[in-house]
Amino acid sequence: MTSVNDLTTEIEAADARRRWLLASPALLTIFVAAIGPLFIVLAYSFLAPGDYGDVKWQFSLDAWMSVFFERDIFDDTLSLATAHIDIFWRSVKLALITTALTLFFGFPTAYFMATRSERSRDLWQFLITIPFWTNLLIRTLAILQIIRNEGILNTVLIKLGVINEPIQILFTDTAILIGMVYVYLPLMVLPIYASLERLDFRLVEAGYDLYATRWRVLRKIILPLAKPGVIAGSILVFIPAIGAFVSPSVLGGGKNMMFSNLIELQFGQGRNWPLGSALSITVMIIVMAALLIYVRNNASKDERHA
Amino acid sequence: MRKGFSVRYQPGFTAIAVACFALLYLPVITLVVYAFNSAPSVAAWGGLSLHWFQVALTNSDVIDASIRSFQIATVAACLATVFATMAALATTRTRRYRGLGFIYAFINQPLMVPEIVTAVALLIIVAQVKAFAGYSGLGYLIVAHTAFCIPFAYLPIRARLENMDLCLERAAADLYAKPFYTFRRVTLPLLWPGILGAFMLAFVLSLDDVVITEFVKSGGQDTLPTYMLGQIRRGITPEMNAISTAFLLLSIVIVTLFFIVSRKRT
Amino acid sequence: MQNTTISAHCAVDIRAVRKAYGVGESAFVALDEATVSVRQNEFFTLLGPSGCGKTTLLRMIAGFDYPTSGEILLNGADITSLPPFKRPVNTVFQNYALFPHMTVAENVAFGLEALGKSRAEVKARVAEMLRLVQLEHLAGRRTSQMSGGQQQRVALARALAPQPKVLLLDEPLSALDYKLRKEMQSELKRLQYETGITFIFVTHDQEEALTMSDRVAVMSAGRILQIGTPREIYNRPADRFVASFIGETNFLTGMLQDHANGKAKVALKSGRSIVVNVAPGTPASGEVTFIVRPEHARLVDGPGDVRASVDKVVYFGTDTHIHLRLDSGEAFMVRQQNGSIAGCSVEAGQAVAVAITDGAAQVVKA
Repeated sequence: MTSVNDLTTEIEAADARRRWLLASPALLTIFVAAIGPLFIVLAYSFLAPGDYGDVKWQFSLDAWMSVFFERDIFDDTLSLATAHIDIFWRSVKLALITTALTLFFGFPTAYFMATRSERSRDLWQFLITIPFWTNLLIRTLAILQIIRNEGILNTVLIKLGVINEPIQILFTDTAILIGMVYVYLPLMVLPIYASLERLDFRLVEAGYDLYATRWRVLRKIILPLAKPGVIAGSILVFIPAIGAFVSPSVLGGGKNMMFSNLIELQFGQGRNWPLGSALSITVMIIVMAALLIYVRNNASKDERHA
Repeated sequence: MRKGFSVRYQPGFTAIAVACFALLYLPVITLVVYAFNSAPSVAAWGGLSLHWFQVALTNSDVIDASIRSFQIATVAACLATVFATMAALATTRTRRYRGLGFIYAFINQPLMVPEIVTAVALLIIVAQVKAFAGYSGLGYLIVAHTAFCIPFAYLPIRARLENMDLCLERAAADLYAKPFYTFRRVTLPLLWPGILGAFMLAFVLSLDDVVITEFVKSGGQDTLPTYMLGQIRRGITPEMNAISTAFLLLSIVIVTLFFIVSRKRT
Repeated sequence: MQNTTISAHCAVDIRAVRKAYGVGESAFVALDEATVSVRQNEFFTLLGPSGCGKTTLLRMIAGFDYPTSGEILLNGADITSLPPFKRPVNTVFQNYALFPHMTVAENVAFGLEALGKSRAEVKARVAEMLRLVQLEHLAGRRTSQMSGGQQQRVALARALAPQPKVLLLDEPLSALDYKLRKEMQSELKRLQYETGITFIFVTHDQEEALTMSDRVAVMSAGRILQIGTPREIYNRPADRFVASFIGETNFLTGMLQDHANGKAKVALKSGRSIVVNVAPGTPASGEVTFIVRPEHARLVDGPGDVRASVDKVVYFGTDTHIHLRLDSGEAFMVRQQNGSIAGCSVEAGQAVAVAITDGAAQVVKA
């Protein structure tokens, strides 16, 4: 009479081993080209800048200091690096506004899609996927062609006589905002749509049956049930928005910098790789803080979203 | 005829939704229209012409960049899909074994990091490796693209796998099929539409990538998006409209294929 | 010595199989030292309510789960640790588990192909199987376009095609409507008879178990309570649970008096005595609980064995159930066949006398 207890655990252990093996190529690739490098960045942020870019292998906290402070050349006092702070503030502000706007426009859009008939739902999904899978650069270029001074919007307005001179939209924060909302809208719609599609409208019927108004039904039934999608969408928009590169580069010109432009500068003309690294880590920290809020909001939720 | 009470109606939602769809397409459609504009600026309309398409097609930089984009996208998408399929098989329909949560978080990590951070990190590593090994080819870009494509390929395959009846594989094992035989004759055929869809998604993402490619590439290794970025920064030419139109057409074709593949055998 | 005896009789031998999840006091025990031997060519049924462990046991015979302790033997060979594809045992699943991307013929052929049989052999065997379940005309159809009954038969053909030593059936009829279920029951009996394969059938439907099986094992909460033929289980239930799970039962108590050759006299509270059956090992005297099946009692004129008043009369088409309240307080049900159209003549509230057929009652463990 052999005890098969060992057999069960043995079989389960062999199974687990096999699964780890199957997952290993994916894990390895991601480690090499996504996660591992992050540690290098962290390390680099504590080194000194080299003369022609790259780093000198000596420990220095200068980079981290420079993130927030600048040293006066003459009397060597520390003061807040206002240029940097402006950029941080612009990035966070624009990312938050983008998230809010995409949510405001995206939720009704997702709701609309989810309440179409079975057949036409496919069509609407198709229609929202096309912009989603169109190159970000092309979409930004399209916005550029519209809002620039010689662009379509201004040309039409002048022709109609509404204004005499072109409105300077390009190279302002507003331009970047328009670009980001345009580009990230599908990213907000899709997860909310996924949530709403699963919504059992009999619950809504129950709400109306119990004397609720449309507004109350929306607030107390639909929105809470769509919450996982809303949160997923917000994360999916906020994270790329705060690290946005193309929109500020193309629509903001060199002047309205966001995080990514500042970072790019350090690896280009600025020749301060440690500072660039420290700035990148700062972005990561902001993102992780946002994610932590998400995790806390969704403590017991399934990991299935997006 | 008086319309009855609609449970699904919310005031203003339809209007906003339709407006959004229209506004999503309007800029791009305008771009396409002006690609056929023979006049060099959007301020004037010079009549229909294919001139700018010709310019784009004869531009050797554009051709080079396009070819390079496709090469990278094909290899990266293939690798990403294969790896993602393996990882999905490893992480679905199983009791919680040690490390399952870790693997899942690890694989989805690229989604949680802004591209600029990954781009910078890769820039640094590639610089070191280049100095060390002297290799300067497309390999870095391929590895980088594969890495960020994996989570995008992983999620739809995993979703499809979770929806598959575990009973079927059990039935196959009951009928003397060894594990690989079961995979080949039962799991794979049923998973195939999901795998194809994942491949297309990965392909498009690789093709579209701007930021990571911009930071990781060596000189002269432009992909189509980075070429366009460079041109835009220098000043917009109408040629850009033509290239954009061609790109857009490609996206539409791929999205259509994707929907055909996914709708089959749902 | 013992092994040869066993392998000559037993198709499947389950020895002290135990399945526990977790350890120690809080462990959930799905199977508690289950021991049963299934004979060759037998139609054997595992019967019990949900959660009794019957499906767990079946899965372990199939190889989808492994016992925490104990052994499973097939024709004398230990298969406890073998993966399912190495066991000559096939399963008909509750939801059929037909491969949706294959036709009927391809489904039936699957096991044979997995075993590497030649194309000619596969073709012949598939045709034979489809003839057996009367589905030759649907060979090229996709399984998703078929009715439940047809899918069932495909699942059967698929499982029988590789000629397994044992066929396992996991509640295969539960998704079918009443009429179809009755048809499939006789189908299954016919198939088992024609193929001669040992069938192990799992169900919670006791009527199904009684009509189809050669022998039945009644299970509850992970334990096997009784193994026997349908007649034995029905007339001589081993304990209270088996008695109430199978068919309708009345429970009465009385004082045991003489006790010989499996029969005894029991004094009822009404003062009369009746003759009951006792299992060996029952103590010779004292208070006992015994069961009386409703069809073994009848309303009589005259004193009868117990007196009662009628609670309600329920009409069932073929029978009438008369629910009584005995003078001694217990509830009691009498079943009368509706031989004549005129029906039953008692009414609620009426006082009646009940006679219990001699030798029909059975003492059970309280």
